[in-house]
Parts: sequence; C-alpha cells; structure tokens
Amino acid sequence: MANGATDAVIKVKNLVVHLDNRNVLNGVHLELVRGEILGFVGASGAGKSVLTRTIVGLLPKTSGTIEVLGVDLDKADHRQTQAIDRRWGVLFQQGALFSSLNVGKNVEFPIREYLRLSNELTQEMAIAKLEMVGLKPDVYRNYPSELSGGMIKRVALARALALDPEILFLDEPTSGLDPISAGEFDQLILTLQETLGISVFMVTHDLDSLHRTCDRIAVLGEGKIIEAGTMDQMLASQHPWLKSYFHGARAHDDWHVAVKG
Amino acid sequence: MTAGTLLSGQIRSDGLDLAAAGSWTAEHARELEPLVEAATRAQAHGQAAVRRIVIDVAKVDRLDTYGAWLIERTLRIWKSRGCDTQLVGLPDNYSNLFKKVRAGAHVLTTQPRRSNSIAATLESVGRTMSAVGADAIMLTQMAGALVVAFARVVVNPFKFRLTSMVNHLERVGWNAVPIILLITFLIGAILAQQGIFHFRTFGADIYVVDMVGVLVLREVGVLIVCIMVAGRSGSAYTAELGSMKMREEVDALRIMGFDPVEVLILPRILALIITVPILTFLGDMAAIYGGGLVSWLYGGIEPTVFMSRLQDSVSVQTFAVGMIKAPFMAVVIGLVACAEGLQVKGSAESLGAKTTDSVVKAIFLVIVMDGAFAIFFAAIGM
Repeated sequence: MANGATDAVIKVKNLVVHLDNRNVLNGVHLELVRGEILGFVGASGAGKSVLTRTIVGLLPKTSGTIEVLGVDLDKADHRQTQAIDRRWGVLFQQGALFSSLNVGKNVEFPIREYLRLSNELTQEMAIAKLEMVGLKPDVYRNYPSELSGGMIKRVALARALALDPEILFLDEPTSGLDPISAGEFDQLILTLQETLGISVFMVTHDLDSLHRTCDRIAVLGEGKIIEAGTMDQMLASQHPWLKSYFHGARAHDDWHVAVKG
Repeated sequence: MTAGTLLSGQIRSDGLDLAAAGSWTAEHARELEPLVEAATRAQAHGQAAVRRIVIDVAKVDRLDTYGAWLIERTLRIWKSRGCDTQLVGLPDNYSNLFKKVRAGAHVLTTQPRRSNSIAATLESVGRTMSAVGADAIMLTQMAGALVVAFARVVVNPFKFRLTSMVNHLERVGWNAVPIILLITFLIGAILAQQGIFHFRTFGADIYVVDMVGVLVLREVGVLIVCIMVAGRSGSAYTAELGSMKMREEVDALRIMGFDPVEVLILPRILALIITVPILTFLGDMAAIYGGGLVSWLYGGIEPTVFMSRLQDSVSVQTFAVGMIKAPFMAVVIGLVACAEGLQVKGSAESLGAKTTDSVVKAIFLVIVMDGAFAIFFAAIGM
C-alpha cells in the first residue's frame, strides 16, 4: 500500500469546516500513525465530534484534504470510498445499534452486506466478534433494548470490528460506564490493538482512559490542534487550557509516572 | 490484489498436510470458504482414514480474525472426528490473534423451537385477549385517576393548571379549525353529490337536503371530527407524554409530590372536552354549507329552497344528538391517548408503537361508542 513517507493511516491537512456561520475547525493538521491509539481531547463544543464526523464523511468539509489509507477522499470514486468504508469501524457514543435487529444480526449486518459468506460462517464470525469483546454468545438473540449501557457499547464495538477494520473510531467509549466497566473497556481496547494491530482514534473525556490506553494525545482548541504528543508531554505543557485539563481537580498525582509501555 | 494459492493439500498415508499461503483476510473470505469446506470433506475422497492433520501457515502473509477462524474451524472439525491436529509455522505477530480466536466457543446454545402451530395460534389468541383485558383495566384506572384529580381540583381550584389548558386549547382547538372545516366541507359536498346523483333517478332530488342534514348533524359531523382529533391531537398527546415518560420527566414530577394525572393529563383532557363539541359544531356547519353549495351548483336546488327544506327536515333534536356525543368521544380519545402515553417504555420503538396503538384504539372506541349511542337514542326515541 502506498502510504507516503510516514506510516500514517489518516492524514488530515489544513482542514476547515464551516458550520452555522462560523469556522468550527480552522486549519486542523492531524495524523494517525499505524498501530497507535490516539486520544483526542478538547473542551465541550470545541469541535471534536465535528472532526470525527468530517473524517468519516458524515459532515462536508469546506477546504483541506483528508487522506485515509493512502487515498485522498476528494479524489476517490464511489468504489474506492466504499472500500475505505469497509476498512474502518466507528463506535458511536450511544452505540447506534439497529434497534429492530437483535445483537447477532446487528453484528452480522456489515458481514452479510459486504462479504456474502455462508449463513453458517457469518454467524460464527458474529459470535467470534462478540466473544472477542468479552460477551457471552448467549447475548446473540437479545435485542439492544434489553442490554445494559456497557453491553451496548461492547456490541457496538463488535459491530465496528465486524469486518476486521484497520482503523477504529471511538466516540467517548467510556462515557456513561461505571469505573469497573470503563476500566475493562480500556483493557479491551488495548488487547484488541495488540491482537488485531488496529489504529485507534479515540475521542474521550476520561482522563484515566487517556492515561491508560493512549500512545499519543492530540488536543483541539479554537479550531486547531493546540498540542499533540505523549501523556508526559501533555503534563509538561505550559498551555493554560492543558494545565487546567491535566492538572485539574480530577487529575491524579501518580500520572506523572507513566503506566503504559 | 490477487490472493494466489490460498490453500494446497497433500494426502499422506495416514493423514493430510495442508499449507496455507497469501492473504487470509476478510476480503478473501469468500474465496477461502469453499477451499476450507473442501479441506474438511477430504475424508470422503481419501482411501485410508485420515488420522493426522497438519496445517502449515508459515507462508501466510496477512491474517485476520476471518482467516484465523477458518483455519481454527478446520482444525476443530478434524479434531471432532478423532484426528490429531497440528498447526505449524504460525508467525509470532499473529500468535495473539490466534490465541484470541481459539479461546472462543463460536457456537450458540440451541434454543428449543416451538413446533406445534395450533398451540402457537392458541397462545397468540390468548395473549391478545389478555392484552384486551389489560387495556380495559388500564382505561378504567386512568378514568378513575382522572375523576380523583378532577375532584381535587374542584375542591381546590388553585391547583388547576389553567395556562396549560389554554395552551392545549390553542393546539388542539384553534389550530385544528382550518383542517376540520376543509375536511367536513368536502364530506358534506361529496354526500350531497352522491345523493343527488342517485335520488335523481327517482325524481327525488329534493330529499338530498334531508339526507345531508340528518346524516351530518347526527353522525358524520361528529365522527369525522373525532377521527381527525384522534389522529391529530390524540397522537400528539401520546407522543408528548410518552417522550416525557422516556426521559423520566413523569417520575421527576411524581417524586416532587405532584400527581402526573393532575398536572399533565387533566388539562389535556379538559381541553379536548371543550374543543371537540366546538369543532363538531363548526364541522356540522361546514358540511351543510358544502352540501348546500353542491346542491345548488350540481343539483340546481336554490339556496332558499335548501334552507326551508332543511328547516322542515331537521330539528334541534337532530343537532343535539350529534352534539351530546361529542364530549363523550373527547373523553374516550383523551383517556386512550394519555393512558397509552404513560405505557411507553424506554425505547423509541415503543413510543412509535404506542402512538400508533393510541390512534387505532381511539378511532375504534369512538365508532363503538357511536354505535352504543345509536342504540341508546333509538331506545329513548330521539
């Protein structure tokens, strides 16, 4: 695969997004390196979701380029964009499971549509994905309305992983989860990154989660990336917003000692 | 991207050597599946029984969960036939993945299937009947709660939410006027046209005035208005209360010590009780106007003739029969809409389902009530 000089799976250059009469994003440069977990933070309303949604193509951009897996999305034809759609998975904040389908059919949906395998293999793969995210095969027949918040996130993750994507977008994966489930979810993402070698783009507000799982952190503010680097760099930064974010009341002192790696 | 030789096999005296190569990934899963199928069927072709199977994956350059499971599945199938299975040459970077796939069971526990169709039909009939019973209880409870709330408000009028009721009066009454006028006007016009068309063969055109007058005032006016109100306002009530129930707003009211029936439901139903008779009156007038207009333009019945004939054929009693029904119908529509709204559970589908139920049940009950009223009025000679 032609990836350019650095092995970046996503390259965002000078991205501008104009919404509601203002530039929500004003010249964003961002790279997601193959195999890393990138934590993406920023104040509420700073445009984190807008950036994520623009990259995956749910929002139109005003200018700038987005390159995914070596393909410039502006120049890609329908077949290429569809091929890219297969190679990323998105975990939406509320799970976005199809409420009219049971858990198994939700996970099978992309497999059925894209790969056209036998029913038997499709079902086995769906169960494999459910087991991979730490669920029992029995949940296969449950409907989304019968599941707890943590289980919905896991099923949604299983669906995002259904086609073995290379890139995984996570929109606040641990919000609304209790600390135990959130911790387990962090661990799950680390395990998946290790076993499947996927690159993860994670929007989060969870400081514990950032600290435990992320290789690199990018901070969005005033429509730009203020700072990008490792957790230690973030902690050392003198930017006022970063200082209050990482050294605020919710921060722990022991973060100054790296846990990961 | 070509996959190359994905799987090749060699039959030995006591077993089977398989070598996998190329990309064992999701995009090639469709080509891989039949190959793997063939590898598990090899026993049928082989002369001697296969006792041992070796899969060499050293030449696989890309592997994901699809490939890993296909290989693991082959191994499992042979193992279940009592073979010695062996996987060799697994690259280090895929060992974690393979371990993860191997850990899963990948099978569903079988669910007992219902086979007796007669029993299933009977069961569904039984469930429907018990649901009808539950609905009747629910409506009675709602009516009871409403009476209690009304009594409390009568004793202590300060508790009444006048602002809320005025708001609902505007939404279900004032805003509904144009569409009600339009629809009843059209219904009146259609009735008159059909009447004239068929009565003309007997030379009895003039009786169309009797027909339109009696039919509209006694039955059609109030029915059309109630059906419109059930569809327009009943569904809105159910959706509003349902979404409040979904977002726990109803529970919030209750824990603050307010009775949701008193705060939310009483003003809504009172607004309907005031509105439906007014709309019925307006609808009656519009329908008669429509009928008169068509009689004049299509049937050649002069307006003055129409009016004098109408005065002979309908009495205040005819008008009263229709108007008396209106508030009762309003109560039924309101009760059904509010009761269904409070039945909404957590999900958005349940909100949609209950809104549909509300409209269907309200229209059904309105028609049933109309039948009951017809019997009643016939019995008392009205």
